Amino acid sequence: MAEFRLPKNSKVKIGKTFAKAEGAVNKKTFHIYRWEPDSGENPRLDSYEINLDNCGPMVLDAIIYIKNEIDSTLTFRRSCREGICGSCAMNIGGTNTLACIKAVNECKSDVPIYPLPHMPVIKDLVPDLTHFYAQYASIKPWLQTQTAPPPDGETLQSKEERAELDGLYECILCACCSTSCPSYWWNSDRYLGPAILLQAYRWIADSRDEFTGERLDNLEDPFRLYRCHTIMNCTNACPKGLNPAKAIAEIKRLMLSRTL
Amino acid sequence: MSLRSPLAHARGLGSAKEGIHHWWSQRLTALALIPLGLWFIYSLVVMTGANYTTVIAWLANPLNAVLMLLFIISLYYHAALGLQVVIEDYTKSEWQKIAFLILVKFIALLAGFSAAIAVLKLYLGL
Repeated sequence: MAEFRLPKNSKVKIGKTFAKAEGAVNKKTFHIYRWEPDSGENPRLDSYEINLDNCGPMVLDAIIYIKNEIDSTLTFRRSCREGICGSCAMNIGGTNTLACIKAVNECKSDVPIYPLPHMPVIKDLVPDLTHFYAQYASIKPWLQTQTAPPPDGETLQSKEERAELDGLYECILCACCSTSCPSYWWNSDRYLGPAILLQAYRWIADSRDEFTGERLDNLEDPFRLYRCHTIMNCTNACPKGLNPAKAIAEIKRLMLSRTL
Repeated sequence: MSLRSPLAHARGLGSAKEGIHHWWSQRLTALALIPLGLWFIYSLVVMTGANYTTVIAWLANPLNAVLMLLFIISLYYHAALGLQVVIEDYTKSEWQKIAFLILVKFIALLAGFSAAIAVLKLYLGL
């Protein structure tokens, strides 16, 4: 059966508490998931109370502050700090989002922070995305044509054709959507998940691509595509405001229109 | 331990090149079950407390018999398709999955055919 409960060695325990906001007016407590692969211990939830007046407005600012000032062992990924690299995707206050574009004052009470759900954890807030990236590679995310590209210029696209890619090209592959999808939790070994399917549709929808049929062939599978049961968590989670559920519906529509 | 590349694992056995038929059938049967289901419930309500001969007479009407058969076929087909998805979603081990899939198909066929034969028997007055 699908695993609905955490295995014994994954049960999260109460960890250390760092109260570092004495006398602060504007303070907030962050409960952060911690796990070290080398210690052999169960994961724990460490609590950090911090003075918000000392750090920036976003959750990423807060955890960078914690790492710099309170606990340098805290491990997480981050890079661009402006929602374009997708590195700092994590589960904040129960929703998958990018720490860098999630404001601390959007979180009402204490802020629980976990790594992206149902992914193998490497350390603390760092999930192992190897399989996710391999799935991305499996859809051949590049332009495929039979016609040789013109030797003296680019393969052209009309403005309308380019507009077809709006809402698709913005995806930064942060994995917030895929890891919010129960179908991806239970069957990620075979189900591609919303992020990869949206990316697949990005190439299907591209007017310059000539391998649409082969791309659809590659997706036509009870597990790769049809594990999507339109739960819509993906659209709900996307920090970029995209709609992976719609992209998946478009793929299903094309599957149908080539048989009818 | 496996030294296969992550891409080999992701590509797996390749695409099954099917799934659209299942998906479309599930939606078509769902669509058919809306009017058929309403008709069935309406018929049940109308015949509440009716005796055996009234029900026999009702089913002797070819329209009722046809709708009843369509209802039975759509219902069991839809149920089998739906349960298949649930089993594929939630069973982890391969043998468990296959066993449950076979069981669901057999039960749906058994129950569906039994119901259809019962309708035919009454309709033909055997």
